Parts: sequence; C-alpha cells; structure tokens
Amino acid sequence: MTGYRLPTGGRINRAAQVTFSFDGSSFVGFEGDTLASALLASGVQLFGRSFKYHRPRGLVGSGSEEPNALISVSRGPGRFTPNLRATNVDLYQGMEATSQNRWPSLKFDFGAINDRLGMFFPAGFYNKTFMWPRSFWEKLYEPAIRRMAGLGQAPTEVDPDHYAATYAHCDVLIIGAGPAGIDAALEAAATNKRIILIDEQDELGGGALSDPALWPWLDRSLKALAASPNVTVLTRTTAFGYFHDNFIGAVERLTDHLASMPDGPREKLWRIRATEVILAQGAIERPLVFDGNDTPGVMLASAAKVFALRYGVAVGQSVALMASHDSGWNDAFALAGAGVGIAAIIDVRDIVDEALLAKANALGIEVRLGHSVIGVRGRLGVKGITVARNDGTAASDITCDALLMAGGWTPTVHLWSHSKGSLAWREDLGAFVPDVPNENVRCVGACAGTWNFGAGVVVDVLPTPKDPARLKAFVDFQNDVTAKDIKLAVREGFRSIEHIKRYTTNGMATDQGKTSNLNGLQIASTALNKPVTDIGLTTFRPPYTPQTFGALAGHAKGALFQPTRKTNIDSWAEEQGAVFELVAQWRRARYFPKAGEDMLAAVNRECRMVRSSVGIFDASTLGKIEVVGPDAAEFLNRMYTNPWKALEPGRCRYGLLLKEDGFITDDGVSARLAPDRFHLTTTTGGAARVLNLMEDYLQTEWPDLNLWLTSTSEHYAVIALQGPNARKVLEPLVEGIDLSAEAFPHMAIREGTICGIPTRLFRVSFTGELGYEINVPSAYGRTLWERIMAEGARYDITPYGTETMHVLRAEKGFIIVGQDTDGTVTPFDAGLDWAVGKKKADFVGKRSLARPDIVAPGRKQLVGLLTDDPSIVLEEGAQIVADPNQPVPMKMIGHVTSSYWSETLGRSIAMALVEGGHSKMGQDIFVPMPGKTHVAKVSSMVFYDAEGARLNV
Amino acid sequence: MILIHCPYCDEKRAELEFAYAGQAHIARPLDPSALSDEEWETYLFIRNNPRGRHHERWRHIHGCGRFFNAVRDTVTDKFETTYKAGEPRK
Repeated sequence: MTGYRLPTGGRINRAAQVTFSFDGSSFVGFEGDTLASALLASGVQLFGRSFKYHRPRGLVGSGSEEPNALISVSRGPGRFTPNLRATNVDLYQGMEATSQNRWPSLKFDFGAINDRLGMFFPAGFYNKTFMWPRSFWEKLYEPAIRRMAGLGQAPTEVDPDHYAATYAHCDVLIIGAGPAGIDAALEAAATNKRIILIDEQDELGGGALSDPALWPWLDRSLKALAASPNVTVLTRTTAFGYFHDNFIGAVERLTDHLASMPDGPREKLWRIRATEVILAQGAIERPLVFDGNDTPGVMLASAAKVFALRYGVAVGQSVALMASHDSGWNDAFALAGAGVGIAAIIDVRDIVDEALLAKANALGIEVRLGHSVIGVRGRLGVKGITVARNDGTAASDITCDALLMAGGWTPTVHLWSHSKGSLAWREDLGAFVPDVPNENVRCVGACAGTWNFGAGVVVDVLPTPKDPARLKAFVDFQNDVTAKDIKLAVREGFRSIEHIKRYTTNGMATDQGKTSNLNGLQIASTALNKPVTDIGLTTFRPPYTPQTFGALAGHAKGALFQPTRKTNIDSWAEEQGAVFELVAQWRRARYFPKAGEDMLAAVNRECRMVRSSVGIFDASTLGKIEVVGPDAAEFLNRMYTNPWKALEPGRCRYGLLLKEDGFITDDGVSARLAPDRFHLTTTTGGAARVLNLMEDYLQTEWPDLNLWLTSTSEHYAVIALQGPNARKVLEPLVEGIDLSAEAFPHMAIREGTICGIPTRLFRVSFTGELGYEINVPSAYGRTLWERIMAEGARYDITPYGTETMHVLRAEKGFIIVGQDTDGTVTPFDAGLDWAVGKKKADFVGKRSLARPDIVAPGRKQLVGLLTDDPSIVLEEGAQIVADPNQPVPMKMIGHVTSSYWSETLGRSIAMALVEGGHSKMGQDIFVPMPGKTHVAKVSSMVFYDAEGARLNV
Repeated sequence: MILIHCPYCDEKRAELEFAYAGQAHIARPLDPSALSDEEWETYLFIRNNPRGRHHERWRHIHGCGRFFNAVRDTVTDKFETTYKAGEPRK
C-alpha cells in the first residue's frame, strides 16, 4: 500500500464521487481531484515508463513541472489527447485515461530491456551508433527507434472540435494567481485600470491552495476581485508565450474538464496586449540527484504537501524526506500535521536552523544531519532507502514507502526570458532570477526570487560512496538523462551548455527541463570546474507547456485555411461539372468534361471548337489596375519596357514589366481609355505584387507624378470570347460599338453596352484567334455569360477552361510568366526583344539589361521543342542534356517549361529554357525521362499561324 | 507581435498590418544609364547588415498603403522611430 485518501482535509468535494478509468481499471475520486491526486489516493504509484530506458516512473511534481506522469485521455472518435500531465488533468465523471510508452502493460513492459542494457545507451548514443551505413537509417534504425522510444501516440482521426480565438487589451496583465499575483491584482483593482488575471489551474490561489491557513484570506481576496468590474479572471488558462511589445499568447481550456461536451469551442486562444505585465509564476522545487531518485514514490516535497493539503491525499504511510533546503522540513511538518507518517528527515547539511530541529524533535521525527540517501529499494515503488554519512560511512536502511526531495527552488522565469529580459545568477539560491526587463514587465513573488521558504545549500549530486559510473542518478526524468551522461559529455569535450544540452538531450523533453535545467547546469559546472555563469543558461522558448495545434490553428483549417476566391461565373461552371484548379487563391475551371471524357479528350474537344468555331472562357481572375491622372502615361512609360506615351486612346498594348534587376516579373495587355486613364491587366497571381511594385515607385521614387493607382481586379467580370465565330456571336448583343474589323481592329478597346450592361470591350487574343475580352461589372458576370451561351448555341459555343487556354497560347508561343519564366529570365532570354523600347532613355530594369551577366553568352533562352516522336508529350520540368551518353551526373543545359498535346497540330509541342537556345535552332537536344531518353529539335516557339492571319479578320 | 507606428496614420498598429520593404534611403539613380557596372551593382545589390540601428522601409499595406521609413534595432527588434518617406534620415 502506498498513497491513500486522508480522512479529512483538502479542497475536494467529498460529497461528489467521480468514477473514471485508468488503463481499463475503474477508480473513484472526488470532484476537485486531478487525475494524479485521484490515482494516488487509490494507491497507484506507477504512472508511466520513461522515454529511453522504459524505467517505471511515478509522480514527481503536482503541476506543470511534472516530467513523468504523461498520460493520454480519450473521449470518443477524434478526441484523443496524448502527453497530458496527470497533475494538470481535472477529473470528470467517466474519464478514460491510459498510460503511455509501455507494451504490453505498464507493470510489465517489454521495452524495459533497454534499462538492463543501459550501459550501451550513453549520452550521444544515437549520434555514435546509427551513423552508417546511411541506407540503414530509413529502413532499420529509424523505424526501430520510433517503436521503442517515444511518448504518446499521435491521434489518427480528424479532430471534431473547434477552437476559438480572441484579442484582448488591458492595462495590467497578471500571470499567475498565487498570493503574489492576487496581491498585485488587488492593488491594481483599486485603480481604474483594466486588469486581466490569468492562471493555469482550475481555481485561483496557487501555493495558497495547499496552505489552509491562507484559505480565509483567499476567500476574501477572490470575493474582492469578483466584485471589481475592472478585473477579468481567466482560469484553466496557460500563458504559453510572451512576444514583442507585451503581446501574450494564452490558451483557455473550456471543455476538457467537463463530463459532457457542451456546444462551443474546446479551447480559446487569447491574444492579449497589455500596457504592463506582472509575472507571478512562482517557483518550482528542484529534485535532488542520487542513485535511484527516479523510483516511483520519490517526489518533490512541495508536491507531497499539495497532495496532502489541497487534495487530501497522503503520498505514503511512512514518508522520508531528503533535504538540502529548509522548505522540505516545513513541508514534512505540514504532512505530519495532516496525519501523514514521517519516517525520517535526512539533510545533507551538517547544521540546520535550531527551530526546525526543535519542531522535528517535538513531532518525534528521526533526523539525520550530514547524511545523504545513497540508494532506494524497490523497483515499481519505494520500499525503503539506504542513507549514509556524507563521507560514505555508517550506511543504514530506513523503511519507508515514499521519499520526498527538497533541493531548493528555481524561479519560473520562462515568460520573463521569452520577453528577452536578462537574468542574474544568485549563488545563494543556486538559481537565475530576473534582472533587467526588456518590456514593461516586472516579476513579483517567488518568480522574482523573493520567498520565505527558508535557506538551503546547492548540491549538484548527493555524496555517495558508490562507483559514480554505476549510479542511476537522474537529472532529466522525461528524457532519461543521468548525472553520468552530463559528465560524459564534458569528458568528450563539450563546453557550452547549449552543446551539452543537445548532446545529452537534457531539458529537451516536453517539460523543457522545468525540473532538470538547473541541476544539469550545476553538474556541468562542477565537471568543467567553472562557475555556472561561464557556462550559460539554455534559451527558454515558447510554449511554456505544450499546447494543442487546434488552439493555435483556430478556425484556419479545412475550407477556412485560406480564402477561396470565386468569380461571379464560378457557380455556372460548378453546375456544369467543371473540374477546378487553384491559381493563387482563385478557383478556376480547368476543363469542362462531357460524359465519358477524360481531361485529354475534353481539352482536345475544347481546343478544336475554339479553332473552328467559338469558345468562351472565364478570365475574371486577371489582375486589373486603373491608372488615372495627368501623368498616367508618363508613369507607365517609366514602369514598362515599351513606349506608352504615344498610345492612342482606344488602343491596347502588351506590357512587359521587369524588376530593377532586369528580370521579367509580370506581363499583360493594357488599354488607354482616355488621355489620362488606363485599364491595366496583370497575371492572375501577380496582381497584388504588381500594384505593390507600382505603388513603391510612385510613392517613393516619383512622388512628383500626378496619378493614382486603384486595384479593380474584383470590380470586373471578364468573359473571353475566342474563335472565328466570336464576332458573329457578339454582334446581336452589343450596342453602341461598331464591331467591324475596320472600326474595331485587333488590340483596341471600345466602351458601350452589351445586353444593356455597360462594358469595356477589348479586342485581344490569347489564343491566336479572333477574340474579345468583355469586361462588365462583376455582379453581371454570370447573367452575361448565360446570354452569350444562348446566343452562341447556333455556333456550338464551347466553354473552355485553363488547360485549353494553356494549350492554345502555347501553340502561339505566348509565355506564361512564372511558368515559362522563373525570375531569372530577361526579355531577350524570352524572345521578347520586340517588347523592349530601344529608344527609351530609361524604364524599370533597363540598366540591368546591360549588366555583364545579362549580356554574356550562354544564358538560358526560351525556345520551342518538337520531339522526334510526335506522340511523346515531354514532362514539364524535365531536364535537358546535350549528350545523352555522358556519364551520370550529366550536365543539364535547361528544362522543359511547358508541354502539351496539340490537337490543332496533331502532335506534341513544348517550350523550354535552354542554354544558348536561340543559336541552337534545328539542333537535337535530349530529354531523359523515366524509362527512355527522348530526342527533340529546338524550334521557334510559334507553332501555329506564325503570320497571324487568323487574328486580322 | 511588434507594434509599429505609422507616421501617416499616426497610430501604433500590429505588425501584421505592415510589410517590410528593404533598406531605406537608397534613391534610384536619376540616370541609371550613366552608371558604371560597379555603381549599378552597388545600387541594386549591396545592402547594410548592421548589428544595431538599421534604417529600413515599411509599408502600411493593410492600412493606409503608404511607404515610410523606420529605424529599428536589429538586436532588440525594437523600433526607435518611424518617419514619412522623403523626410531626412534620422
């Protein structure tokens, strides 16, 4: 028998029993219990198996610092949470909890063989052992290690819960509601400041919850806070990170403690911006390092006190204390006062406060000063301890069923460190305390290093006569790091604590070394014979405790992960069964399959119809910018490579946009509507980028120019009507525009109405056919589309998608920026010399076109490719070589950028970037693809209607 | 998340309203074609990477849309000041 429920005491509600299960066995606890306290009260001492050696482990702490008691809670499909600290899990009726990292059972774990083989698993074991052969990693080492070592299982189902997020602003944010935090809140509450007080536990009080003498004060204080309208209190809320400018992330757990799941979010992410932050996070007691200190039943003295006085649970019937600090004595006295039997107090110090000795004497507790625990009996639970004088003599056994450790205190400076506040070393505390703040923040109470716990000494490893090489004295319980491992790392040459940490993994577990960092540092300091301050402290990073992905993701998942932009015509395409693709954030119809058609069949049909009759295409996603003002033409002349000032109103021009480095960044056809007004189009994905680039030049380089830029991308629906019958379809619908070839030539724009809707009608073509792009206010898009479909029925008008658009433009050698260019392609590389104004004195990127690297020979240039076997469609992205017989690795001279089956030509076509491509016309190049190397001839990029006869009709 | 003062809105707003826009006070040469390759290279590519005060441009892209200048300490990530484009270097 080990732990048991004390007959009285604690803050639990003994009238309300709670039934739950752990590893399939049924247990009973009380309302107000944590899973840890209820199991402990039921005599459970074994909570888990350690990460590496699978050693049996019990509770060490009583809160967030707990390294061992990691459990999983399951509450139905998708609601499985691993790696919860049992000490932080509020009990509810029907809870199903399981232990982790054991097989087949917690008491008999096959993986514990690792413990017997422990001598083969020293620090750096993984680095040293699994180095070669490399191929073994993937197939053997990694899967085996993953099976053997590990924490809880990852959930396999989709999480059905949803998670909320909110912003909050306050004058004072107080983190931690122990006595120091509550005092700070009361003080601030008396002002008219807005205050938020948050605490990770289910009730406020912190350390006061395990000090019944403070309960009346606590009641009064909480009533006062509740009566203060300017105070917001958040419980079960963990401040996990402290970011710039007093921005704190906190997660409130809303449903994990409830027996039945209500509607509403599981957790809520609070993003809090505070004028002032007060950290009152308290301090965490340090374990002592000695042989067998990880045996279940060895725990922190402060934790035993919490279990006894807050939860009414004795951690054992006969409890011994190993102390290097006064606080442990007071905790032992508190346990004795609650009716827990104290077997002995052992203190490593020779001299302690007389008052403590007198009190121990009065309580009849055996005391051994100048002694240390040198061994623990029992494997699944403490059965007794061996103690000896610090010189190793006079070893004797003490029978007990639990052993408390009181090794001093470590201020909880995690959030302080997140905020980049500096730390100062306090030799007397053996700990770092907050020093100079970097934000408007201060620490109060124990996390500032001010406490009334008494005094102590810092001992890195307790004295022992045993062979240090055979000690199992753990520093990091969760990652199974022993004092021996840290000393080995130092012997092997590691000097910086950051390196020692990574080599030994000390402090790298899910508890981030809350109980192990300082002990590890002390041991390294001794081994290196250097002061702690010369070794440094590892960095604290968010989160303070692990948080769910759900809380951080909030609603940004699934369909809400990012917006899907849809055009006004999208719903029509959906009704027709279009297959969609995402282009930037736009959902675009890729093709419109008829019954029985695959993509190739559908695209071939769509291509045939555009070339032979008329096709209709939703081009609404094109980026659009309205450029207006007396200097609009001058501005565009400076931005684009070609001349714009002489463009007449009513005419369009292809614009090529470079960045200052000379590389193509965007292109599009733009129209001059009036002397001071242009309608620009950009690529679908480039709209925001182009507007930003133009705004940059307008605002910062040429603020003297008088014009403004307005994004109109979503103001217009754009319907492209392409094919020899396009004009015939359009004629009956348009009013106020003469569509004749003479009155409305290619690359012109007219304004009028179509079906009564005002329109900017472009005569442009991205297919090489007679074509129009009809711009109407977005809301009319689908209406107009359906009217055109009806009108075009007699020409068998065919809707086509982006895939057909790609094929048709490739047949004409029109590039797609971002597909055929990659940010290293100049206008000359792309064969767009004609679009560069040779006489212009300047434009963005012009000077770079004369850079040595740009004019050097051998640049990759965009060319057409025709495979010798016309049925072969090359893979886009396939690499190109000049000589297929050279040894591997071959020298790659380029790659395929676009490649399609051209139904029009009855063969495949491709575009490629090839070194010196323009001078390789007619030459063979080779494209190694899976199974075969294909031969292709370099050709012009214009595969169809090179003279443009089909346009000028 | 840093708070940034927009000198046009005269408001401190959250970082996610802003976009970084590179080093400040690099004026585009008035006649780029008159520059040697080395001079153009310096304008185009050579940037400071100081440990400490850094003059840089930001754009209040999800606010007023204006570009402005700032002095930020690259060690502490704190803004010393922000000021309008065209104002002298601070």
